Amino acid sequence: MIKKRLRKPAQVLATASASGGEWIYSKTVKEHFFHPRNILLKEPKKGEFDAEGAVGNPACGDVMKMWIKVEPKTQRIKKLKWRSFGCATAIASTSMFSQMVTEYGGMTLEDALRLTPQDIMKRLGGLPPYKVHCSVLADQAFKSTIENYFQKFPEEAPAK
Amino acid sequence: MNRIYLDHAATTYIDDAVKAAMEPYWQNKFGNASTIYKEGCDARSALNAARKNIASLIGANPDEIIFTNGGTESDNLAIFGIARQYKGGHIITSKIEHHAVLNSCKVLEKENFKVTYLDVDKNGIIDLKELKKSLCKDTILISIMYANNEIGAIQPIKEIAKVIRDYKIKNKNKKIYFHTDAIQAAGYLDLNVERLGVDLMSVNASKIYGPKGVGFLYARRGIKLLPIIYGGGQEKGIRPGTENIPSIVGLDKAFEIAQKMREKESKRVVSLRDYLIKNILKIIPDSSLNGNQALRLPNNVNVTIKNVEGESLILYLDARGIACSTGSACTSQDLEPSHVITALGKSREDAHCSIRFTLGRKTTKADMDYLLKVLPGIVKKLRNISAI
Repeated sequence: MIKKRLRKPAQVLATASASGGEWIYSKTVKEHFFHPRNILLKEPKKGEFDAEGAVGNPACGDVMKMWIKVEPKTQRIKKLKWRSFGCATAIASTSMFSQMVTEYGGMTLEDALRLTPQDIMKRLGGLPPYKVHCSVLADQAFKSTIENYFQKFPEEAPAK
Repeated sequence: MNRIYLDHAATTYIDDAVKAAMEPYWQNKFGNASTIYKEGCDARSALNAARKNIASLIGANPDEIIFTNGGTESDNLAIFGIARQYKGGHIITSKIEHHAVLNSCKVLEKENFKVTYLDVDKNGIIDLKELKKSLCKDTILISIMYANNEIGAIQPIKEIAKVIRDYKIKNKNKKIYFHTDAIQAAGYLDLNVERLGVDLMSVNASKIYGPKGVGFLYARRGIKLLPIIYGGGQEKGIRPGTENIPSIVGLDKAFEIAQKMREKESKRVVSLRDYLIKNILKIIPDSSLNGNQALRLPNNVNVTIKNVEGESLILYLDARGIACSTGSACTSQDLEPSHVITALGKSREDAHCSIRFTLGRKTTKADMDYLLKVLPGIVKKLRNISAI
């Protein structure tokens, strides 16, 4: 099922690049934009997530919501879901961010907090300069989610 | 994939007849129109013929046509040309002008000109009473676009001209000039300068199936314009530089065709436009038309689809073979939402969710049906992932 869904974008890419020439976004940005990972499609069930966060303002053209599930002992991120009203860059960078923090068994909160918008951008294969600020939203939404997590589970918060 | 191009307000492809008309002037008749030998005479006679024909199409004299490198330059020449010639004073424009006008006015504000930016109503139309009130003893120039590039709103140019004329008569024939940016209007509306009552008018070729990088400014006899660039004596010294003959010939041909077919083409496109508007509003929940349906260009559809960010929608439609845009193509690298949509009284959020389809000569009902077929699914997908 997953494989089948991954095939489609490749076809879309081929057709679009044949007719459209150069895209302003990298192939990876495009792929994540058309097939965003870890989107929360249904309202979360009670207890499905440990914390949630939100940033942005519809008037500015970007709103991002994020939910996380953390394994308490290891503080690894088991699940990170999100939703976004935003441009292609905001969608692609959050999709990439969600992949980065959940791949290989999940990042620890500490490591995930060290990720920078530059790290996301690198994995995306770069962004047009005027779109760089849109990649910051994922980072901000994540920080707001973690803040919520530590409020709910103060015992897990790093000692100040 | 077949492409469906619905961004004719951004630019158009070149018409076959226009391309053919330009053809001799690239290689065979390549001369410099300022020279006196045969090659130069050939170029000059093409230049003169184009000037004469364009003038007759707008009811003007040939010496009132100044060729430029396009719409932005025509607007700049009109505004700076008048402002710097008549030094100091007051300019009136509207909040929904193209940036070629707005940003020129902003520069003049730094040069101590006072600028009034007229509001528009929810249909995108200026208030004549507000215009009347804004006129003052220092006013030297009024620049109001004929039809808006984003929402297609058509301004009452004749009525505006009358308000200005009445004011001038009342104030002992004071010198006030009325400029209109007719770039979007040129393919669909009457551009006769006598009927319109304008003193200056900008037109370009690339929106009317002509080449890019060429346009003209109509400037009524007796108007002194200070050039914005300096060089030789071409275009009476107002716009120096070796004349771009192939493009000028192309502009002339394109403009002639556009004006000849405008009434018939308007009728055809209006029915497609209204079909598209009606059906988008019917099948897309929480969608609304920006601007008024009657007071708009025959080829313009601009809608707000709530919770669907414009750029994302464009890219999804692009992947399905449809080309369209959010507002002005010039602002799509800009992160600010459309100044036109917000001037209608809509929220910034609604402006971020606006999308523009502009139809053209090859647009068919089948194109509209294809768009209407793919649009709901894309809207649904983007709304599903939306955080609002």
